[in-house]
Amino acid sequence: MTSYKSWATDSALNSLPVNGSQHGLGKITLLAEACRVLFLTNENLVEIEQVEFGYGSRPVLKGINLTARKGQVIAIMGNSGCGKTTLLRLIGGQIKPSRGVVRVAGESVGDLDQAGLYRLRRKMGMLFQFGALFTDISVFDNVAYQLREHTDLPEDAIRDLVMMKLHAVGLRGAAHMMPAELSGGMARRVALARAIALEPMLVMYDEPFAGLDPISLGVTGNLIRRLTDTLGLTSLVVTHDIQESLKIVDYVYFVSEGMVEAEGTAADILASDLPYVHQFVHGEADGPVPFHYPAPAYADDLRLGARHA
Amino acid sequence: MLKAAIAGVGRRTIHGIWRIGFATRFFLLVLLYSGTAFRRIGLTIREIYFTGVLSLIIILVSGLFVGMVLGLQGYETLQTYGSEEALGVLVALSLVRELGPVVAALLFASRAGSAITAEIGLMKATEQLSAMEMMAVNPIARVVAPRFWAGVISMPLLAALFSAMGILGGYLVGVVLIGVDEGSFWSQMQSAVEFEQDILNGVIKSVVFGIAITAIALFEGYDAPPTAEGVSGATTRTVVTSSLAVLALDFVLTAFMFRGIS
Repeated sequence: MTSYKSWATDSALNSLPVNGSQHGLGKITLLAEACRVLFLTNENLVEIEQVEFGYGSRPVLKGINLTARKGQVIAIMGNSGCGKTTLLRLIGGQIKPSRGVVRVAGESVGDLDQAGLYRLRRKMGMLFQFGALFTDISVFDNVAYQLREHTDLPEDAIRDLVMMKLHAVGLRGAAHMMPAELSGGMARRVALARAIALEPMLVMYDEPFAGLDPISLGVTGNLIRRLTDTLGLTSLVVTHDIQESLKIVDYVYFVSEGMVEAEGTAADILASDLPYVHQFVHGEADGPVPFHYPAPAYADDLRLGARHA
Repeated sequence: MLKAAIAGVGRRTIHGIWRIGFATRFFLLVLLYSGTAFRRIGLTIREIYFTGVLSLIIILVSGLFVGMVLGLQGYETLQTYGSEEALGVLVALSLVRELGPVVAALLFASRAGSAITAEIGLMKATEQLSAMEMMAVNPIARVVAPRFWAGVISMPLLAALFSAMGILGGYLVGVVLIGVDEGSFWSQMQSAVEFEQDILNGVIKSVVFGIAITAIALFEGYDAPPTAEGVSGATTRTVVTSSLAVLALDFVLTAFMFRGIS
């Protein structure tokens, strides 16, 4: 159960200006900053070791290794079908690895029973590609959903918390709206407010930038960075969007054919001369990821030999 | 060619067996997680509104017309034997024993069953069920079980209302329109219809139909491929499978319930 009082205190600290000496709040601001630094220790929140997984006979992950340190924004990039979303599903415990270990906060996700898994998931948030908002209830009720399911907070307290979360994503004024009335960007932001409703330690984002206009793109990117810093979260972002994600991430993993092909900071990635990373970062049509899907020889498909015969 | 055909039959058989196993496991999980549906009765009441109350119009109107047709056809047949006073008995027994539970169940499958499948299927396709799981909320307990019990509770009530409206329709045609004696209509009905043999058996039938239709609708929605085509196919399968299940179950139940009558 989340404590309303502790949440409200944390939120109050986080909402203070960085230079908060006015009104005698400088000490509190320093305390908040100290708390934030505590989150940024070298401790790993997510550890993926030699994980293998496949759908049926098709292998997707082939002994992948990956770590996410507390307080960081980590990007997982790669071409479609390389296993990025599968990684998120493994971390969330929706699927289990056929080999290897996925550890979140020191617990092996694959070994947990349903009660253990649900206990761990209360400390996680997930932003789905298109928001996955519950379409039969309002924006307010979507954000309040987890608070009502997992806490015994009175409705007044829930109302305040929901309004704070919606304010954080800039949509307090849309609380009464239904999901069908929202634009794609707004739906994504409401889903983000819902994902952080229980103050999780880890938030996973599945393609958060897909299909957004440039303004919504910038807003979403900034929100991910700002919420990670102010709430002391760890963020795992699965994305294709190089330009937007490299502005906000601390570390990047490039996944190709079920393995980590490259990793490093945003600067490392931009400077990388690995062919796969170079092709991806510069959006080249052909390279290690070929333009043409494997097919018989072009001349054979056009039956050029047959015509001449 | 032959090898491919045999392989196809084998593949379909294995898929069918797998589906039966999955459906059984799904149904047992629904029963296991049914506690939520009763602890948080508001969830079930909300679903009773959607499955039961919103089906009232089609059930009541259909019941009225079926009863009116029974009145016309029954009078036509009974007057041949000079026993048109027995019209009330004919209308009431036909409705309470058979037509009430069966026709109401078929209408329930078309109206509420298809809606349940489409709703659950779309929730799956738009990742709402996955989102729920990631929020540590069990979708079977939170979404499926309340809908299941709402269907089971709604079905006998709808069947009873269908029968009541049918009897009213028979009365309107037989007594008001044609002029059958009102006293005979009601008194013969009262003396011929037995609570245990007729009404209770009708209620048992409609409860069984409610379980079958709602379980099929929920399973088809939960198992639907997460595409537009997948949800549409699942909705169609719900109506077809549950209608056939109702008719088959009706035969079996009737054979057991009324075997002493001959």
